[in-house]
Amino acid sequence: MPWFSHRRADGYEPFTRDLCNRLIDGFIETGRGDAAAGYAQQIPVRVIARGARGSRRHVRHLHRLGARALEFAHDEARRRSGRIAMMNYLGGELEKRRTEPGDDLISELLQTEIDGKPVEDHTILGMAALTLIAGVDTTWSGIGSSLWHLATHPEHTARLVAEPELIPTAVEELLRAYSPVTMARIVAEDVEFQGCPMHEGDRVLMNFPAANRDPAAFDRADEVVLDRAVNRHLAFGVGIHRCAGSNLARMELRVAIETWLARIPEFRLAEDGEVTWAGGQVRGPRNIPVVF
Amino acid sequence: MKIQVDSEKCQGHNRCYALAPELFDVDDYGMASVIGDGTVPPELEEKARLAIANCPEYAISEV
Repeated sequence: MPWFSHRRADGYEPFTRDLCNRLIDGFIETGRGDAAAGYAQQIPVRVIARGARGSRRHVRHLHRLGARALEFAHDEARRRSGRIAMMNYLGGELEKRRTEPGDDLISELLQTEIDGKPVEDHTILGMAALTLIAGVDTTWSGIGSSLWHLATHPEHTARLVAEPELIPTAVEELLRAYSPVTMARIVAEDVEFQGCPMHEGDRVLMNFPAANRDPAAFDRADEVVLDRAVNRHLAFGVGIHRCAGSNLARMELRVAIETWLARIPEFRLAEDGEVTWAGGQVRGPRNIPVVF
Repeated sequence: MKIQVDSEKCQGHNRCYALAPELFDVDDYGMASVIGDGTVPPELEEKARLAIANCPEYAISEV
């Protein structure tokens, strides 16, 4: 969708850079911070909500709803209530835009016709929720994993501080090494692939993180090589579906790392803190206590 | 050197455009195309090879 083009994504760069700086302002004086909870997790939902032209109050609300819907896999009741609250919230936003359309995704979908018919409300709500959810924990996991890697590899941090022009290449390598997302597909027809029979209706996990560390595809597959020039990684999927938000995610990753390193060029894990990780289909650190 | 993009294979990852904007353009859906007739000036051949080698969909090839 044009809404996710690289031109649109680039348009959010000044907002993202300003946001990253404001987040760092909040803790830099203390000499310590949480690079995940206090930084990475604060970025994507605000950038996306900005795209939806939400007010600051709405952004805070969306952040809470997103976290509730995403982060409590062990607590189905809490998760369900998060999902319901989010759909109610988005439903209210849709009604507002029916009479007062703006420059945002919901308004654009309300004015879109497919095969001469308007897009149905439940489809618009589904798209809005998917956009919000799909772009949030995935990207914050990517930013968080990248900062965790840098906190534990001071030689890599020093190199990126000295050669910031290398950051876009390094972002691709960090996406390869710490791919946050595993997707799934449903088999459309019986097939045998490389000796593995699959039947119509079977559910198949597409383990992109494992593919991205395949030694048959990558030299020194388990090593982070910051300047890896040939890097045909699959972090955003492969084949019939590519992550629709990949341009936005790449921009956020690059700007988050650039801004962090410009302000905090030396940092390491806090010895009195604990790094925690989320598992499951989206993997990334949820707490990275650091000192600098 | 001359290159082409297979629009059937391209999924809009934008890797080629990020690596070699002199050689590729992408539309608002991310779909890539070669600029001009795909002829690569000698000084851009290295960039063209990188674009070919980084496309997740194997959509770029040398003609």
